[in-house]
Amino acid sequence: MNREHLRALLPFMSLAILLAAVFYMQPRAMSYFGLNLLFNLAIPVALATVAQMMILMINDIDLSIGTFVSFCACVTATFVQSDPVIGYAILAGAILVYAGMGAIIHVRKLPAIVVTLGMSFFWAGMAILILPSPGGSAPDWLRTMMTAKTPFLPVAIIAPIIIGLSMHYFVKRSALGVLLRGVGGNEQAIERSGWSVLRLKAVAYGIAGLLCVLSGMALVGLATSADANIALRYTLLSIAGVILGGGEFTGGRVSPIGAVVGALTLTLAASFLSFLHLSSDWQIGAQGAILILVLAARLIFTRREATI
Amino acid sequence: MKIKSMLLGVVAGAIITTSGSTVAFADTSDKRIALSNNYAGNSWRQAMLESWNNVAFAAVHEGVVDAADAFTTSENQATEQAAQIQNMILQGYDAIVVNAASPTAINGAIKEACDAGITVVSFDGIVTEPCAWRIAVDFKQMGRDQVKYLASRYPEGGNLLEIRGLAGVFVDDEISAGIHEEVANTNFEIVGSVHGDWAQDVAQKAVAGILPSLPEIKAVVTQGGDGYGAAQAFKAADRPMPTIVMGNRRDELQWWLEQKEATGYETTSLSIAPGVSTLAFWVAQQILDGADVPKDLTVPFLRVDQESLEEIVKETPNGSVANVEYSLEDSKKVIQAAK
Repeated sequence: MNREHLRALLPFMSLAILLAAVFYMQPRAMSYFGLNLLFNLAIPVALATVAQMMILMINDIDLSIGTFVSFCACVTATFVQSDPVIGYAILAGAILVYAGMGAIIHVRKLPAIVVTLGMSFFWAGMAILILPSPGGSAPDWLRTMMTAKTPFLPVAIIAPIIIGLSMHYFVKRSALGVLLRGVGGNEQAIERSGWSVLRLKAVAYGIAGLLCVLSGMALVGLATSADANIALRYTLLSIAGVILGGGEFTGGRVSPIGAVVGALTLTLAASFLSFLHLSSDWQIGAQGAILILVLAARLIFTRREATI
Repeated sequence: MKIKSMLLGVVAGAIITTSGSTVAFADTSDKRIALSNNYAGNSWRQAMLESWNNVAFAAVHEGVVDAADAFTTSENQATEQAAQIQNMILQGYDAIVVNAASPTAINGAIKEACDAGITVVSFDGIVTEPCAWRIAVDFKQMGRDQVKYLASRYPEGGNLLEIRGLAGVFVDDEISAGIHEEVANTNFEIVGSVHGDWAQDVAQKAVAGILPSLPEIKAVVTQGGDGYGAAQAFKAADRPMPTIVMGNRRDELQWWLEQKEATGYETTSLSIAPGVSTLAFWVAQQILDGADVPKDLTVPFLRVDQESLEEIVKETPNGSVANVEYSLEDSKKVIQAAK
């Protein structure tokens, strides 16, 4: 087994260890029903995480994911439910805004961290405009889909597998995926070989926007209604998930399956701490400690990488 | 808390129960109840958790229930609380008592809990999911009760000054609407209205600003956290002290006590006690016990009057709010009142 394998395996090992610990403490979780409860809220987190991964892949960072997913959730719980045509038009428009944001960041050479931070206030405002007080309701088909009783494996397990595999195929195997990773790795090389970096960046942001829309919809399907602040945590969760899953801040180096596993690990870490009956005063710190622990383990592997 | 029964306020005070105190302890002795709380960052929430610990842990000790664990989410976020509730389902609790981060965003998790056969009781921050019980605060009634008290003191009426809360917040609108509705039935007239933002310093400034333009004020209706500031403003302006309705804050009660001792000053004080968490605990226990409990219950106000003042001031820590912990009998009265 070489270092690359170890590196790729680390996210899975963290998840497996946590899962074993949870099963040990709460044997009830070791069932169809239990797994669904443990992981179903990880589906929107996983979608937001792969969205963040698209942005990190091209060497940018997105601080507006949390508020954007909240906004999409609000649109889903209101317009998509009552006037589907208008609802989907708004969501499509939002994806275009995302793509446009990517284009502007590239053309004006703006730091993505500042632009997306600014946009996060825009999305938060829009979300409150659409849904001034918590409410709305999930479209029936969405609720049915998220609570479907699938044979053998619950939706909460099937969905992350589908998300992970399709993103893996897209990022690692498709021509577009290779180009996008190239933009993050070496922008000039891509530009010199005749590709439009502007267009590629817009595409990356557009896909991230689409994934966020899906995340917001999945969230409403689970929660049955929305709130303008429903997904604020997703910004940091998604970044942590990508890094935990083996991605890097430096662009080009990402692992879609790892990112999904990272999202599941973060969700599970919170459950683990609550099963431990840890006081809430310590929980944020403990969550951070788990993160540091996993990242430290990765550092050991990278060190070994350097010495080999 | 031996004075608790006499403090129980409007609802309990007005209802004569027939159920007596036959307690079916044995039926819930193997049941486990969890508290899902979304926030612990202010004195009201701290008092709420402390009350839960006092009452629920004692109940565990006495064998009324098997467990009564309290969980607080680390960040006040709906998704986090939804995950927390799903974990509670996995942990096999029989009932979940919840103070919700959002009235709607955790409905999915609440529904899952109900489907798993778990009793869900929401209080203070209530949820809209129909399968859950709701212990809500009737803020309108809080406004009405103030005016009712004043009307009994001054049937001839007079001028009222209204201190409102934070503009644009639903609680402020509700209390104010209650006050205005009730004033229409009396001889009072509201001659001025200012926003005190539920803070003594803001209230003092606002009242001091409007006072010179007002005729003699008979009484001041408030929303809590603003009575002491109003009193200071009247004192500074050297105007006759009106009857100021207080909001159970320690500084307000302290001031009232001093005035009472000095001049025999009379007023009343009402607010929601943080101990409502213990009411929710007993309601959950009652539902598990098989009692027929209506889905919508109303929190009784904690009322401090002339007689109970000394004792409450003694019991309320500095900077805190007067509190009351509910007993099984109290909760039965509340349930009875809702039927």
